[in-house]
Amino acid sequence: MKDIAIVAFSQSDCLARAGAANEVELIMPQLRAVFSQVGLNNAQDVDFVCSGSCDYLQGAAFAFVAGVDALGAVPPIKESHVEMDAAWALYESILKIRMGQADSALIYGFGKSSSGELPIVLSQQLDPYYLAPLWVDTVSLAAMQARMLLEKELITERAMAQVVARARMHGRNNPHAQLGGEVSVDELLAAPTFVSPLRESDCAPVADGAAAMIICTPDKAREWGVPYALISGIDHRIETHNLGMRDLTDSVSTRLAAQTAGVSRGPVEVAEVYAPFSHQEIILGRALGLGDETVINPSGGVMVGNLMMASGLSRLGEVFRRIVSGEVSRGVAHATSGPCLQHNLVAVLESA
Amino acid sequence: MSEDTAAVTRIETPIYLKYNFTAGSAPARFLARIREGVLTGQRCPRCANVYIPPRGSCPACGVATEEEVVLPDKGTVQSFTVVAIPIPNNPIKPPFVIANLVLDGANLSFIHLMSECENSEVRIGQRVQAVWKPSSEWTHAMDNIRYFKSIDEPDVPIEKIGKLPLSGWEG
Repeated sequence: MKDIAIVAFSQSDCLARAGAANEVELIMPQLRAVFSQVGLNNAQDVDFVCSGSCDYLQGAAFAFVAGVDALGAVPPIKESHVEMDAAWALYESILKIRMGQADSALIYGFGKSSSGELPIVLSQQLDPYYLAPLWVDTVSLAAMQARMLLEKELITERAMAQVVARARMHGRNNPHAQLGGEVSVDELLAAPTFVSPLRESDCAPVADGAAAMIICTPDKAREWGVPYALISGIDHRIETHNLGMRDLTDSVSTRLAAQTAGVSRGPVEVAEVYAPFSHQEIILGRALGLGDETVINPSGGVMVGNLMMASGLSRLGEVFRRIVSGEVSRGVAHATSGPCLQHNLVAVLESA
Repeated sequence: MSEDTAAVTRIETPIYLKYNFTAGSAPARFLARIREGVLTGQRCPRCANVYIPPRGSCPACGVATEEEVVLPDKGTVQSFTVVAIPIPNNPIKPPFVIANLVLDGANLSFIHLMSECENSEVRIGQRVQAVWKPSSEWTHAMDNIRYFKSIDEPDVPIEKIGKLPLSGWEG
């Protein structure tokens, strides 16, 4: 199996509202940043391009096609798109390289969630006959999941608030974070519930923005002469859309993906997990088998800024940056999609 | 299912989602100027092509187009069609002409209507000029221009369409 090297990553600031910017204007600065990290001109200099976005977010049909204007696609390029977080665009790109059809790939994800009402927009990803017509929003579904965990005494509200406090503390060092700062667990618990048992602080803020990454074969990375981190394992698993069939207090799909990706084959120094709700970080930490030796979400994670359709890719980017800087030598990145952690991707990143 | 239960062949689950849509920073600059009756394109810093209406990037180079270029309201027909059938929800009565037009000084065409011309005489390379609504009716929209009319200038040869300077066509 061919190794995959990450050679560049960039993410925008997490903004509650990106103003007038359209998709091209959100994407371009991130593409410029990753091209300049490697010394490339535009998408002509990579073998494959794959993006992740969801037109429902900004309410613009075929916005992902308009996004191609950011690439320099003259003459035509090999390009693909997933209606998912860009972590899955990364997965498609890895397959493309492993099949020998490309040596390098550009991946980007973008979203402008502020145009619509995100929790309601996401209700339309549910089963179209029984759930979508009820407009069940994502926050309510997550709240029901948290309720089950609390009732079964698998978590406490204090533990949830601790997740938030730690995320905000880490967020102080993240220049792209939307939230960050010192806040005590007691202060968080003093706030009223929002969609009970969730408090507003338990829910990731909605942010507009984009992220981009360049991956390639290790040979290509050496040819380009840039530092890189290796993706030594990656897998993704999905659970049934029927919420009643799932054990919402666990993430079986994460657990399975972690096994096949080889998470436990070495020490996990950092883990960047995509948990849009505080209790989900606890579920994910258990499913990934993380212990006290692992720093979870040193960037603050999505609790300090959630770029829909790019945050999953950013989790890999955050671990990549820490490996290339020499801060750590092995870490885990996780991405999620769907209600209550339905679909999960786990990747293991190591120093070259 | 018992035999006498009617098969469900259709359910209606309407979706209503409300958005505050934004055109983009570059299109917003274009729309602000067209409100004043001014046509502004944007130039690519790399290949120098001028795009109107702009989207903020050069699709050929993948770079931002910051430099604004005020363009004349004269142009050339790059392609056209004569619509002979009524189009649902379109208030314009057929037959009418839809054309791909390139303004002088621009390198990319846009689509608009043509009128004040013989439909049978519309041709590629024909010279046209905008017919504007009265300025009191201007909004942030391309239909501040009612249509383009034919003007008495020599046709532009195909290879020169989309490559004319801002100063226009001498023939």
